[in-house]
Amino acid sequence: MWSFFHKLGSPPWLYGIAGSILRYLLPVTVIALVVGAVWGLLFTAPDFRQGNSYRIIYIHVPAAVVALAGYYVMAAAGAVSLIWRMKMADVAMKAAAPIGAALTFVALFTGSVWGKPTWGTWWVWDARITSMLVLLFLYLGVVALYEAFDNKEAASKACAVLSLVGMVNIPIIYKSVDWWYSLHQPASIKFTGESTIDSSMLYPLLLMITAFYCLFACAMLMNMRAELLEREAKTGWVRKLAAEGAH
Amino acid sequence: MSTPPGAAAFCLRLVRRQLLLAFRRPIDIANPLVFFAMVIALFPLGLGPAPDQLAAFAPGVLWIIALLSNLLTSDTVFRGDYDDGSLEQLLLAPQPLYLSGLAYICAHWLVTGLPLVLISPLFAVMLNLPAAGILALALSLLLGTAVLSLVGAIGAALTVGLRRGGMLISLLILPLYMPVLIFGSACVQAAVTGVPTGPYLAILGAMLSLAIALAPLAVAAGLRISIDA
Amino acid sequence: MYFDSLQAVLEMDGHGMFVWSAYVVTVIVLVGMVAHPLRRRRRLLRDIGGALRREQGAGQEVTN
Repeated sequence: MWSFFHKLGSPPWLYGIAGSILRYLLPVTVIALVVGAVWGLLFTAPDFRQGNSYRIIYIHVPAAVVALAGYYVMAAAGAVSLIWRMKMADVAMKAAAPIGAALTFVALFTGSVWGKPTWGTWWVWDARITSMLVLLFLYLGVVALYEAFDNKEAASKACAVLSLVGMVNIPIIYKSVDWWYSLHQPASIKFTGESTIDSSMLYPLLLMITAFYCLFACAMLMNMRAELLEREAKTGWVRKLAAEGAH
Repeated sequence: MSTPPGAAAFCLRLVRRQLLLAFRRPIDIANPLVFFAMVIALFPLGLGPAPDQLAAFAPGVLWIIALLSNLLTSDTVFRGDYDDGSLEQLLLAPQPLYLSGLAYICAHWLVTGLPLVLISPLFAVMLNLPAAGILALALSLLLGTAVLSLVGAIGAALTVGLRRGGMLISLLILPLYMPVLIFGSACVQAAVTGVPTGPYLAILGAMLSLAIALAPLAVAAGLRISIDA
Repeated sequence: MYFDSLQAVLEMDGHGMFVWSAYVVTVIVLVGMVAHPLRRRRRLLRDIGGALRREQGAGQEVTN
């Protein structure tokens, strides 16, 4: 048990294991994404109310789900790095932030494009959309804070504190935005509630959600590998790796 | 050789010192208020001077400007003491950083938040806010600006070591300001429409309690990181 | 397969513009998300390898 944690703290081991995980996970992820997208785009029947525009659900919902989960991954890594001073948790936290920001952007963009044919407008100040926008700001704050520090070790710690502060605030922000929206809800826009989704539509959706989780893991591991190389550039194992790669 | 002062006495001294420093430079106290007044003047210019239209926007407008003028000063909470090195002394002091951070925030609120609360009825009248909303505005600002100061101090503590912290701090803490804005302006709105304001003030009070309990932890951690860097 | 022809796939009963633009932008962002760390890692390895060779070259010149 302890030896596992010791290994987890060792950059070359982590670099290697991330590489071998990626060798299998990345192809599986790409296949799952392609299968899920083709299935959702071409092989499912259109929604009886929204027509074909509902096919955006297969990227919108997975992106939103994983973007939110990504913040918790980032904050958990931040907590580990602050409490146990584990350097590799720093690396993980730093790796998660830009991916989360990208996925949040995807969720917002696809939601907006979906909104135009469905509600007749590109943007609605609805509780969920507004919360997602705030989530994007929280992610961008972490990325910007990291970039502002010259000392990258201090940058990671500062980002860890910020992501924990954000995590405490996410439920508060979400609840207050939710309440604010129920107070101001415009009558003109009718939202379709949590309608029961047909299983023929549900399976590709579940596949896409799983694929997006895997994609998050892949991108995070790749970011971690690059980050490890940069941080450990002066050490023997990186030099050896670079010398092997050069020939 | 005198014994070091207890934590409470130490914090009181810190607050007194910060207030003294602030009063030596009254322009720093006046600046956010002048900013508040100027932005108030922008709204009729942008929205048109129709009194009832201004009155309809007044609760939100007043709260947003209060939030922005707080944001403007939040950068300065620790800046001076970081530059002259006394913050480093504070970290070495035996008193818990949690309490001394709280003392800094308290002083900051007394210098920026409280004057804003006291002067806000004047601007509310200028924006035609109905008389029923004025007390609610002052009370919600009283609780809300304290939360803003506490949250703003987290951003200040994290960015105090950075040369270009000014713009960054707004990106970091504005998302965290949103719940305060929602309930603050809703409180004023409720008072204007004749709904009881108690629940809103209670929620703002709950936010304040939570912020007092947790924000100094983040501030202390942030200060340690900024000083070490 | 739900659609009969490629034309129907592209049009999607008038919603094609929305669906396809959403998917295209998503693909661009996701590919960028994966390509960025890949390129960064390659560049780092190349730079470190280059620096290493320069050091070795300099060392040899001194000993010769």
